[in-house]
Amino acid sequence: MLLNMILFLPLAGFLLLLFFPREQRGAIKTTALLVSLLVFVASLGLIPEVRNAPTAMSYETNVSWIDYPPIRYHVGIDGLSLWLVILSTLLTPITVLVSWNYIQKRVKEFFAFLLLLEFGMIGVFLAMDLFLFYVFFEVTLVPMYFLIGIWGHDKRIYAAVKFFLYTLAGSVLMLAAIIYLYNRGGTFDYPILLEMLRNGRLALSSTEQFWLFMAFFFAFAVKVPLFPLHTWLPDAHGEAPTAGSIILASVLLKMGTYGLVRFCLPMFPGAARDNAPWIVALAITGIIYGALVAMIQPNMKRLVAYSSVSHLGFVVLGIFSFNQLALDGAVYQMLNHGVSTGALFMLVGYLYERRHSLEIADYGGVATPAPFLSAMFMITMLASVGLPTLNNFVGEFLVLQGAAQVNFTWAVFAAVGVILSAVYMLWMYQRTFFGEVSEELRSHMHDLSPREWATIIPLVVLMIWMGTGTQTFLPVISASNERTLEQTKTNVEFQVNASPSLSSQVKELLNVR
Amino acid sequence: MHHLWLIPTIPLAGSMINLLFGRRLPKIAVSGVAIGSVLLSFLWVLNVLSGLGGLEEAHIERYFTWIQSGDFNVGFDLMVDRLTAVMLLVVTGIGLLIHIYSSGYMAHEEGFSRFFAYLNLFMFFMLILVLAANYLVLFVGWEGVGLCSYLLIGFYYLKKSAGDAGKKAFIVNRVGDFGFSLAMFLIVVTFGTLDFARVFAQAKDMPVEAGVGTLTVICLLLLLGATGKSAQVPLYVWLPDAMEGPTPVSALIHAATMVTAGVYMVARSSVLYLKAPLAMDAVAIIGLVTAVLAATIGLAQNDIKKVFAYSTVSQLGYMFLALGVGAFSAGIFHVVTHAFFKALLFLGAGSVIHALEGEQDMRLMGGLRSKIPVTFATIFCAAVAIAGVPPFSGFHSKDEILLAAHHHAPWMYWVGVVTAGMTAFYVFRAIFMTFFGSYRGHHHPHESPWVMLGPLCILALLSLGGGYIHIPHFLEPLFPLAESAHESTLVYISVAAGLAGIGLAWLMYVAQPGLPDAISRSFRGLYTLVYNKYFVDEIYDAVIVHPLRDGSRSVLWKGIDEGVIDNVVNGVGRSARNVGSVLRVMQSGYIRSYATWVVLGSVIVVAAISFLGGSR
Repeated sequence: MLLNMILFLPLAGFLLLLFFPREQRGAIKTTALLVSLLVFVASLGLIPEVRNAPTAMSYETNVSWIDYPPIRYHVGIDGLSLWLVILSTLLTPITVLVSWNYIQKRVKEFFAFLLLLEFGMIGVFLAMDLFLFYVFFEVTLVPMYFLIGIWGHDKRIYAAVKFFLYTLAGSVLMLAAIIYLYNRGGTFDYPILLEMLRNGRLALSSTEQFWLFMAFFFAFAVKVPLFPLHTWLPDAHGEAPTAGSIILASVLLKMGTYGLVRFCLPMFPGAARDNAPWIVALAITGIIYGALVAMIQPNMKRLVAYSSVSHLGFVVLGIFSFNQLALDGAVYQMLNHGVSTGALFMLVGYLYERRHSLEIADYGGVATPAPFLSAMFMITMLASVGLPTLNNFVGEFLVLQGAAQVNFTWAVFAAVGVILSAVYMLWMYQRTFFGEVSEELRSHMHDLSPREWATIIPLVVLMIWMGTGTQTFLPVISASNERTLEQTKTNVEFQVNASPSLSSQVKELLNVR
Repeated sequence: MHHLWLIPTIPLAGSMINLLFGRRLPKIAVSGVAIGSVLLSFLWVLNVLSGLGGLEEAHIERYFTWIQSGDFNVGFDLMVDRLTAVMLLVVTGIGLLIHIYSSGYMAHEEGFSRFFAYLNLFMFFMLILVLAANYLVLFVGWEGVGLCSYLLIGFYYLKKSAGDAGKKAFIVNRVGDFGFSLAMFLIVVTFGTLDFARVFAQAKDMPVEAGVGTLTVICLLLLLGATGKSAQVPLYVWLPDAMEGPTPVSALIHAATMVTAGVYMVARSSVLYLKAPLAMDAVAIIGLVTAVLAATIGLAQNDIKKVFAYSTVSQLGYMFLALGVGAFSAGIFHVVTHAFFKALLFLGAGSVIHALEGEQDMRLMGGLRSKIPVTFATIFCAAVAIAGVPPFSGFHSKDEILLAAHHHAPWMYWVGVVTAGMTAFYVFRAIFMTFFGSYRGHHHPHESPWVMLGPLCILALLSLGGGYIHIPHFLEPLFPLAESAHESTLVYISVAAGLAGIGLAWLMYVAQPGLPDAISRSFRGLYTLVYNKYFVDEIYDAVIVHPLRDGSRSVLWKGIDEGVIDNVVNGVGRSARNVGSVLRVMQSGYIRSYATWVVLGSVIVVAAISFLGGSR
């Protein structure tokens, strides 16, 4: 019951907001804040039960949604999804507060979309039916498209369409794969499909495994985004309003990496292992490439966007290392990146609200008029560059350590990214906050307001907490990852066809039985 | 339990108080909190050490699990053994003196509370570093002191050069940390743990590696980390620039404590290094090269802090030489004596700069002997100590190193002796340029207040007599005394080299002041090369920094990202322009129509599936 309430409260809030008169801006914002806060508090109630049984599905609901084809409303939560759900429910009230004054046009639609987005995000992490998952995956796309397209900066339409088409291209392939699986297995229910794959009632040929894996992988890789599918991200971030950037970086990207861990690894373990080498190569390329391109960005948000490409490379590296430490690090890093990059986009947004520019060159010397804003930015930056005792260090360390156990060369190349992260972050920080401040800039720069303090403090506390008190968060992740890795070891025996030609592979794929 | 955690935590508390409330507190309260916290920490160190007695065994305290994944587990564990005890006393003792000095030196500066908050934070991380019972906690301290160094170098953040120097220090250290991290990964792969006790227990039973084995690779990677933090070739370039920070910072962080962290870490890992002779040779050679290179640059600098900075680099090279030839305890001995006399040199220089209202160019000094006599007397004590004049502190530790080096390879001894001569020369050159002759500047020099002179006097006593604290003997349970040559001739030669350096400096800067110009004219090329620090910074810029930056911009960003990938994507987009016009229709601005589209889309998909499912 609790879980369903958490999932549907945002939707109820969305519908409720639609009935508000559009002039009542204060009431709209307050309602959005209260609903999202309620959802957050309720989501904390999930923790004890998941802690008790992190590998099982807690709060499971499994009822029929559409009779034929049999699509089920099947939701549940386990150690893998627990903190991602809480990250989503925490960030939504924070983004409501962040947007409090920033959003001036179409206030009602904006906050309604935020709640709809929350509904989609939570649903993605809870869905245990493949079709339901697909629906939630798409539900997030629509509000984000409009957040960028309506409340974004100058090139917003281009960015929104690019974002939409890129991710749609990926998810259409995934939909095809889901339908194919349904046709082979007769169900969309994920646990049942997994069980059938495990006990051999649903036996996929290696060709089938490969293509299905690729379809899912492509959808998630676009979302992550994995190099070279990343070019939508700088545009989307560069043009999105602050709240959109925060949600996009903190949660929406994680839907890709979550999907890899939740679906790609357990369902197609053979294909996942076989293709790991080139995926890891792309991940490491992304780590270094993203960092190098971030280094020379003149625009702050684009800089942080490229840094995300670099950071998410660590996550993908961790996932495809097939190692407990690396996978623990990868999932932990999803949360870490959510907290610290969310905070970075928030603070960049606060700079933008004051100076109305995202160009680094328009700043300089901000530390003098706004010392506390600078201090918060400094802590966030240090978290982002992986300073020990702050959150990102733990994730990066585990990923690299795990990767080193599998292949030391991977760790050597990936660790270069850690050097480079200091380069681009410190350089941006210096140009923005140090030096003499111009009179014009000084007149714009006031320090953090109480509302802004309320948004940044929870994230800074989390950075320190997740960096030192990892035992609060890591054990449930670790337990569910152990299960996932166990799943990738079973079901690796399947018949290898005698080198089918590409055309026959395609034919087999298109052959609807 | 002896509550070791209190040692670092008290300064942390001081730092937090000053960070949060310092702007509203009067200066006396700010410095009171800062000095008081370090004093308490120092007293707690004394309490712990007296409680632990002889420390024949390491005392370990385990607090809580930090990271746990699979079989891998690392905790927040602290420990004290004799090596840590020495470092604790140096860090808190010298730290206390420098905090007291700073309350006078910084009295008229902006950001008084910020300065002390950072300085206390540094104490926290440095104490974590020396108390750590495993590599990962050591790394916490390691990165933390790097952060504080960054913050304090960039303390005068309005100056671009200060921001640049801080950033450079952080990034160059990151290159070293890259090596340190990889070493840790390899240690876990090899030993399954990062815990000192367990790693070293296993390593003790391993054979000495003849070629390049795992232990050698680990040690070389750790060495890369150490060259960053302890400013050795090829990563020494950040330390001279670090002099942009306030002078007490140069004394505490960039001379006495943080930069010796690399020496400490290698000594801590001595069990590993003793199994990897090739890595030991690498340590010795890097130390020796650094010692000579930095000493030659020090000969020609005119900024008083730059002279002492290159001197620090050079002396750290000496310490690495000691480690590399197996004389670990001599290396730590030199860490201690160097902390005394180099902290004193910097604080003395700070007193001079304070007297001259910020002037650092020695060509605009001179004749200060009579104007600031206490400063002169104390800094002179440091100078004779670093020059290796017996029986003062530097003589004892340097001698241990040189004799051990002679036993290892006589040529190393001879290079060390030449460096000792250069050291004596450039230090006394600085003394003579600053305090002798007649005053060449335009300020009105005034002696510093006693809150600054007090610490100078205590450090002067330590510089003179510190050599009789026989550290190597105290460390014997950890490091077997290295075999070393016991020929008094060798001692006489090194002392003579030091005295010759002093004499030459006297000749050139007091007796015959025209001589330096004449020499620099006749060796124009060589002088230019040395004066410009062998153009190492320029070479790094041209070979690494510029290609990386320009390549990233033109090849990666404009080339691959926008040129290749986006062109493909936009090409696809153009051919699907119709889709775009559909989207424009959809974006009609009314939420009801959006909702319609969402519902419509879902219906189409469900219908499609029903159709497909029906055909089954």
